[in-house]
Amino acid sequence: MEPSSEKLLWMYKTMIEIREYEEAMVKVYLEGKLPPKIQKGLAFDIGAGPVPGEMHLAAGQEPVAVGVCAHLHAEDSVVGAHRPHHFAIAKGVRLNEMTAEMFGKVTGLGRGKGGHMHLFDPKVKFSCGGIVGAGAPQACGAALAAKKMGKDWVAIAFFGEGAANQGAFHEALNLASLWKLPVLFVVEDNSWGISVPKSMSTSVASNADRAAAYAMPGIRVDRNDAVDVYMAAGEAVARARRGEGPTLIEVKTDRYLGHFQGDPEAYRPKDEAPTLRKDDPIPALGAMLRSRGLLNDETDAGIRAEIAARIEAAYEFGRSSPYPEASEALQHVFSS
Amino acid sequence: MTNESTSRTLTMAQAISEAIGMEMERDSRVFYMGEDVGKYGGIFSATTGLLDKFGPERIMETPISETGFLGTAVGAAAEGLRPIAEIMFVDFFGVCFDQIYNHLAKNTYMSGGALKFPAVITTGIGGGYNDAAQHSQCLYSIFAHVPGLKVVVPSNAYDAKGLMIEAIRDDNPVIFMYHKGIMGLSWMSYFEGSTNAVPEESYTIPFGKANVIRQGTDLTIVTLSQMVQKSLLAADKLAELGISAEVVDLRTLVPLDKATVLKSVAKTGRLLVADEDYLSFGLSGEISSIVAENLDTLQMKAPVLRLAVPDVPIPFSRPLEQFAIPQVDSIVDSARQLMNAKAFK
Repeated sequence: MEPSSEKLLWMYKTMIEIREYEEAMVKVYLEGKLPPKIQKGLAFDIGAGPVPGEMHLAAGQEPVAVGVCAHLHAEDSVVGAHRPHHFAIAKGVRLNEMTAEMFGKVTGLGRGKGGHMHLFDPKVKFSCGGIVGAGAPQACGAALAAKKMGKDWVAIAFFGEGAANQGAFHEALNLASLWKLPVLFVVEDNSWGISVPKSMSTSVASNADRAAAYAMPGIRVDRNDAVDVYMAAGEAVARARRGEGPTLIEVKTDRYLGHFQGDPEAYRPKDEAPTLRKDDPIPALGAMLRSRGLLNDETDAGIRAEIAARIEAAYEFGRSSPYPEASEALQHVFSS
Repeated sequence: MTNESTSRTLTMAQAISEAIGMEMERDSRVFYMGEDVGKYGGIFSATTGLLDKFGPERIMETPISETGFLGTAVGAAAEGLRPIAEIMFVDFFGVCFDQIYNHLAKNTYMSGGALKFPAVITTGIGGGYNDAAQHSQCLYSIFAHVPGLKVVVPSNAYDAKGLMIEAIRDDNPVIFMYHKGIMGLSWMSYFEGSTNAVPEESYTIPFGKANVIRQGTDLTIVTLSQMVQKSLLAADKLAELGISAEVVDLRTLVPLDKATVLKSVAKTGRLLVADEDYLSFGLSGEISSIVAENLDTLQMKAPVLRLAVPDVPIPFSRPLEQFAIPQVDSIVDSARQLMNAKAFK
């Protein structure tokens, strides 16, 4: 089903929000991490600055997030992976609280305990984690719960193409098909598992081919395009809601940045990322909206100003919030 | 064999990759498998330069399929090869532990000694740089708990080279665990004491020989890995307070050098275990039990004190992580507490 004007605009705005959020993060993340403020001899200090630790950004991969999440409601579950911000934003995770979490602040989604790879927002049923492939069976669990409760909710597991070589992926697919679970397995194929190209890690060219082994539809979306993803996901979500079982979708997408911020990327051809950026999916969708009369310079500027204000407020909230008391480290090991 | 024989210093990462390279040159049965171990040179630089030297047949890039390549290591070792398999972070063992604890660790025993498994598993451990609960654990106690695995946890470059060569030559499975915060990486702050003089030639350090890395008379700090470096800094601070701390670097958990621990505690009469693993059911309890089981031969001046992660996952936020993971100052505080403890009634 073609996206409505409303959905097209939502995808456009959300992609801009994701991109702007992450570009702001590129700068904030670097604060305090470079010489001369760090240990002598280091080029970079991953544990320094206001946002310490690993940082995996998704610039270039926005179409996957918006094309799928455009079909979802708050009751539908999304399980992301170690590179989670685009999915979180597209699922409607609270931006201020998500940002505060990355600053390690008590106002964060997890009171500062989780950090950027471990975001949990039960209000919109979003979660993610840092172990590759682990989300696929967890999405099965959310789908099973929906089925048992008689709801038409669906669950989405998002993960990279590298994760499709984990045992957990294959076990989850078999189980989902066997039990006809309302779940989508969405593979983001950005061609790189950290430094390893897909051709060196994966025995099939398209992970969509693996769906046949589990008797479920497998769809390969070959363009990094929000509308193409929307169309593929629309049918899969509808099928899941009808109780007809899972679908595997692989989307060809592009990773503009390193695996993590600070990745020297010596393994990657130098001109690859700049070349990929020439096919940026955001201006592409913008051009389509303009051609349909849904966007002009003025409305575009308005959209961008509104997003910029929201993002600035989120970072300000994160930065200015207090840290938790150190002794809070001892709380929440058990729920009660 | 002594580190005075050379003025060359290496980071622990350099020492480890040098040791692996030397053994690969010496023994064609040795090969390496892992994620990002080729062009990247290992996320923690344990294989820097080795792909260029040995090629992709011996420095094997793997898919993110830990059960697959760990099981491959088990099978190849049974055939007489000497695989080294890298699991990037120890936390990732969760996806492949069956191959390790049910097979690699047990098959020699279950075959009545008919089979040997000369495999090394290398892995990065430890926190301190805000990588949160799934990328910051130590977990060495879990491996040490399972019979059939030798467990090596070096604290500095010199030891790392000798222990790695020993590990590769050992006919048993060895888990070789390097703390990220002492590898001397260019992108993570580290304890500079871990970068030290390393001879160019090949040498081994036998397993089960703890190193009394600093002599003292008032208390014994038993520790390992990055916590050795923290303990040495703490010992400097304690010396300024008039407290003489002896620091025992265990180097290996399996085999465990109980004799050196006992000898030191017999001298000082006080034991502090400084550990970055979880407090309960782990290393600190094991070391304490050595004292408990030998109280008839020891004159303890204070109860044993354990300093470890207080049974919580490693939190992300900086103040929480600093609180959860023992720091130099917390070692100092614990030592002072031990010195002030009342003698037994």
